[in-house]
Amino acid sequence: MNKKKSFLDVISENTFIHIILSILLGFLIGALFLLVMGLSVGEAYGRLVSSVTSVKGFSYVIVYSVPYIVAGLSVAFSFKTGVFNIGAEGQFVVGAMAACVVSILLPDLPKPVLIPLCFLVAAAAGALWGSIVAFLKIKWGINEVLSMIMFNWIAFYLSNFIAGIPAIHSEGSAEATKNISANASMLFSKDFIKANGLAPTANWGILVALVIMLVIWFIIEKTTLGYNLKAVGVNKFAAEYGGISVNRSIMTALAISGAMAGLAGSLQLMGMGNRISVFASQEGFGFAGIVVALMGCSNPFGVFVAGIFYGALIYGGSKLNLVGAPTQLINVIVGTVVFFIAISVIFKNLKNIRRRQRANAAASAARKEAESK
Amino acid sequence: MTDFVNSLGIILYATLAYMTPLLFAALGSCFSEVSGVVNIGIEGMMTAGAFTGTVVAYFTGSPWIGFLCGGLAGALFGMLHATATVRLGADQTIAGTAINMLGPGIVIMIARVLFNSTDTIPLNATQKLPKLFAGVFDTNTVFGRFMDNVFANYVSTYLVFAAAIIVWFVFYKTKFGLRLRACGEHPQACETLGINVLRMRFTCVTLSGFLAGLGGACVTMTISTQFRPISIVGQGFIAIAAVIFGKFRPQGALIGCLLFGFCSGLKVVLGGSGGVDMQLLSMIPYVVTVIVLIIFVGKSHVPSANGKPFIKAR
Repeated sequence: MNKKKSFLDVISENTFIHIILSILLGFLIGALFLLVMGLSVGEAYGRLVSSVTSVKGFSYVIVYSVPYIVAGLSVAFSFKTGVFNIGAEGQFVVGAMAACVVSILLPDLPKPVLIPLCFLVAAAAGALWGSIVAFLKIKWGINEVLSMIMFNWIAFYLSNFIAGIPAIHSEGSAEATKNISANASMLFSKDFIKANGLAPTANWGILVALVIMLVIWFIIEKTTLGYNLKAVGVNKFAAEYGGISVNRSIMTALAISGAMAGLAGSLQLMGMGNRISVFASQEGFGFAGIVVALMGCSNPFGVFVAGIFYGALIYGGSKLNLVGAPTQLINVIVGTVVFFIAISVIFKNLKNIRRRQRANAAASAARKEAESK
Repeated sequence: MTDFVNSLGIILYATLAYMTPLLFAALGSCFSEVSGVVNIGIEGMMTAGAFTGTVVAYFTGSPWIGFLCGGLAGALFGMLHATATVRLGADQTIAGTAINMLGPGIVIMIARVLFNSTDTIPLNATQKLPKLFAGVFDTNTVFGRFMDNVFANYVSTYLVFAAAIIVWFVFYKTKFGLRLRACGEHPQACETLGINVLRMRFTCVTLSGFLAGLGGACVTMTISTQFRPISIVGQGFIAIAAVIFGKFRPQGALIGCLLFGFCSGLKVVLGGSGGVDMQLLSMIPYVVTVIVLIIFVGKSHVPSANGKPFIKAR
């Protein structure tokens, strides 16, 4: 059986091709919407491309993509371990708020101390938020999806509450926290930004995201812990039989995933955010993380690329207004992409369907032959 | 005493008002989840219904046509989800996430075309859903005002209770209901008995979209009279939570939605009296849900085949 691979074989087996096809289809559907609305497809997509390909535009894309990458890594990690971390949203929010509070209360710590400290408390807060859900599941059997939805909202109102405390709240009229201490900011120096023509919020976050990606990859692929967690994700009964504690695995997986989401929150704050506003509705970084994890096939390297792609869409999309196209076009495109990724299993089934058709044809031919005799 | 009765009336009023859209969506979620298809796209389907309901009511002048069209818009997205998950065997969570992006994305784009804004034009009094028993009670007496608060609610509140009873009846007293529950527990066994599992699930997911669409339309056609991008923020997820809370039973979902609505009502009254921070009060419904789960409800039995695509053997 040393047959050369057919075109169909290649398409049906290569996940990367599925994703590229899905993205193309997403833009195609987006173009249809633009046509129906009577807008120029070339102009809109041209704007999308031109706004992210300049040096300044691309630096904006990188800045935007940092929280998406890290939130995506958080969700991807949970997918690998068989848990669906729909609670990344809340973990992101508590992480950002924890880092914000520390940087406002301890503004005079030197930079090399304050920045790691902020990361640490953000990761701890996110891990705590994830662990509570795991604890509720293990101790009382509370469905984790339900409690994550609840804890997303509890985190949301908790953040708004903390932003309103006098010691934290902005001295000005803004409905937000004070600005974080300059010692907690990860922005590049003003001169560097000016000299290179970068976005004013250009910062070191992307390097941190890169490190986090490598750490996640290492945990999943190279450690016993990662092996155990994956085993539970694939088949928890088999894993239990093999001597792995499923309960402890769920706890560990959600704690690590939560820590990542919390870190994503602190990166957003210490990069482009600079303070946290009182919000009327959830910001959706955690939900974006789900999309990024899906587009990146839950593979750390894939998630990194998908996060930058998502950042480009969001930043480029915000410029669509300039050519009269609605920003919401991006949601339609991304939604379509995710939809096609979801149904890309049909590519895998194509081969089986063809085989079945051939078998059916052969069977009916045989039947005809038998009848004619 | 008078104050207490008034407050109680307002709490009950708010309970019913908050509960109505949630329960419609939760009943929809029951159909989908019990037949074995995870539907986290409820949120997107509600958004579609919320937008379509008020737009159709605005252009036709009839709240009833609008309300129905809201349901149909939800059903359309339900069919999209069903096509992906039931017919094509897609991952149900991923497809649902896609619906949650497509729903708001598409309707807000249409809003931009129709109204040159992301908001629709507010409905007038004849275009929104009517109130039942308005003006029946004498609001000058304490008792009359209490009755007015509780019973002079929008007609959607009465409809949702009727819908809950119908769904309960369908689930537990009809052949269709027995089959739909069986599809979520053991689809292979159903198939051997000649039940078309795929058609059953397709129908149920479409129905779930229809009910979620009606729920969305309740949001924008009663107290609020226009669609805005923030009209549906999380109600779909709360509805799903209510279904899990209610152990995947319509009567359980009703209790979950009532509890949630009651806590929200409590928040309105306590917030009005001042003293306690509004943000902390807003947490009450979510915290209470978790606590009630711990103390009274505990483990929820998820339908055995929930989330698993059914692939027909040939």
